[in-house]
Amino acid sequence: MPVKIGVPRALLYYNYFPLWNGFFRELGCDVVISGKTSKAILDKGVKMSVDEACLPVKLFFGHVVDLREKADYIFMPRMVSVERKSYICPKFLGLPDMVRYNIPDLPNIIDVTVNMSRNEKNLIKSFTEVGRLFTGNYLGIRKAFQKGLQEQERFERLNQLGFLPHESIEQMEKGLISQNYSPSHPGKLTIAVVGHGYNIYDAYISMNLINKLRDMSARVVTPDMLTNDIIQDRSDELPKKLFWSMGKQMIGSAFHYMRSQSIDGIIHVASFGCGPDSFTQELIERYLRRSRNMPFLNLTIDEHTGEAGVITRLEAFIDMIQWRRAAQ
Amino acid sequence: MKVTFPHMGYMYICLKALFNYLDIEVVVPPMPSKRTLSLGTQHSPEFACLPLKINMGNFMEAYEKGADTIVMAGGVGPCRFGYYAQVQREILKDIGINMKMVVLEPPQKHISELLIKVRELTGSKSWFDVVRAIRFAFNKACAVDEVDRIVHKIRPREIETGAVDLVLAEAIKWIDEAQNKKQLDEVLKQAKNELASIEVDYSRRPIRIGIVGEIYVILEPFVNLNVEKHLGRMGVEVERSIYLSEWINDHLFMGLLKMKGNKSARELAPPYVNHFVGGHGQETIGSTVKYGKEKYDGVIQLMPFGCMPEIVAESILPTVSREIGIPTFSLILDEHSGDAGVITRLEAFVDLLARKKEINDETKDAEGAFICADI
Repeated sequence: MPVKIGVPRALLYYNYFPLWNGFFRELGCDVVISGKTSKAILDKGVKMSVDEACLPVKLFFGHVVDLREKADYIFMPRMVSVERKSYICPKFLGLPDMVRYNIPDLPNIIDVTVNMSRNEKNLIKSFTEVGRLFTGNYLGIRKAFQKGLQEQERFERLNQLGFLPHESIEQMEKGLISQNYSPSHPGKLTIAVVGHGYNIYDAYISMNLINKLRDMSARVVTPDMLTNDIIQDRSDELPKKLFWSMGKQMIGSAFHYMRSQSIDGIIHVASFGCGPDSFTQELIERYLRRSRNMPFLNLTIDEHTGEAGVITRLEAFIDMIQWRRAAQ
Repeated sequence: MKVTFPHMGYMYICLKALFNYLDIEVVVPPMPSKRTLSLGTQHSPEFACLPLKINMGNFMEAYEKGADTIVMAGGVGPCRFGYYAQVQREILKDIGINMKMVVLEPPQKHISELLIKVRELTGSKSWFDVVRAIRFAFNKACAVDEVDRIVHKIRPREIETGAVDLVLAEAIKWIDEAQNKKQLDEVLKQAKNELASIEVDYSRRPIRIGIVGEIYVILEPFVNLNVEKHLGRMGVEVERSIYLSEWINDHLFMGLLKMKGNKSARELAPPYVNHFVGGHGQETIGSTVKYGKEKYDGVIQLMPFGCMPEIVAESILPTVSREIGIPTFSLILDEHSGDAGVITRLEAFVDLLARKKEINDETKDAEGAFICADI
């Protein structure tokens, strides 16, 4: 019977799942994803974690609890850095430790360290370390790693076409290899939703934000649809390089969309207690106010958010944009 | 050029000495107060951590006193402190305060990057003078820490409450006013004499508590609501996991001098925290383990609300407490902290520790004695 690897549907799932999936499948393992976020999952997470942790971390705890019975191993790499001289976030650095000492009766945890801050070749080393757990075949591990990279590349191409990451993952499961046209989402307005993937694509904690916008006949673009070059280029406008990869993505995409003529408004989604967001949001807001008249809405989400409040604010935001347009 | 800098405990003494030595005019911001805090919070991002807000207040108050240049430290993450200066510059720009900001960043490519920045400040002074000034400033840091250490020992044992704090305030003033190394040595000796002449009761066996956590809130008494003083007056002997001079040695001199540093604390952190998490997260856990082994009665973790590395530490601390057998208490500080609420909680914690100590003392020799009362 193949080994079952559990992957929590939270945090970096929305960024790197195809890479992990491709790798483990090629090694002959089964990949089990935790269920979609629900009240039960969130409640379990909130109960297990400290109060001060941010919402995504609490949610991650909930997803790990959900996997407890379902998998032989839980995969939660210690993601220190995914590019040179840049970190993800201190909480990601300590995540496996936080999980291990707060959730009882866990299956084996695969907490290999991924640190590409000094040397980008460290990625294959980390994957080799994981592969060694299941096979001694070094060539096989290499092949699986290549397979994972291929899947990841295809995933990113789909994202850049205009699929949202969770849609891309779905499409890839269905067997879509590639296409050369964007998925169509008719709409009168285009709204840029700037926020971390694990906040904006999770339908439960984002209060179904993206679908609500689509229902209001708005097209949605997100940071994941931009290439790394654009992000790098735009974020370099800051006097000092940001040392959080995801913060850089937020800044880069906001600066890009801020100047784009086809964007009608920007919604920034932050989770309560997110450290990097508190700074990037401040910078985005200040630059935005100085440079141009772009409508900007800042949504902070936490485990208590009532849906009605979010709907009201979204409607007000969309209405405002439409009036503004009519007045021009 | 009138230089100013943010406050962090007694660090102003060192920085003032440093700049004065180099003949740079310096404006020390007023000591942090309610006004500093409200000025700072008014313009800072809501979810930024507390030190950023106090720093903002310091800058604005220093600007009122005529400062035009800010000296600030940088960093390369992942803790938010490394980006403070950038955010603060944008805020100051928007509220119309035009101050030059000199950010001392750890050099990325070559040491010359840092030296050029230092040159901006020092002008035509020779490097020899700069080094001498730094050495003098560091001596002051060591002197302050030495006094602090003695005070921690005496405070729980003093017979007349408050006697130590009067001497401490005097001693700090003397150290601040010392003009050269010779004077500094003299006033330090005098301060020690004064402290030694305070009436104390050495037969008391005070409760011993280790203070761990984020450096800024440990060192800045305004932010931590004078927790050391309050604990001392409750009859607790306090030991800190980090002192100013050690921090300077670790971070600014890259551990050049051989003195107790954060390395020993970090080595004790695994298996609880197996990786550097930024800030002082790993040191917090390591120091807790250390205090546990040294049979302290308890540990208090101080952290600003939303501090990312300390959240990692906070969530692992209960496990450490259970396995090492040392009671811990996390005190989270933000701009709303009221004095009374914190003191009540500290008193409760200290009472529990005192009770546990009593039980342990009574049953020490009895058969089946338990080592750790579960709190």
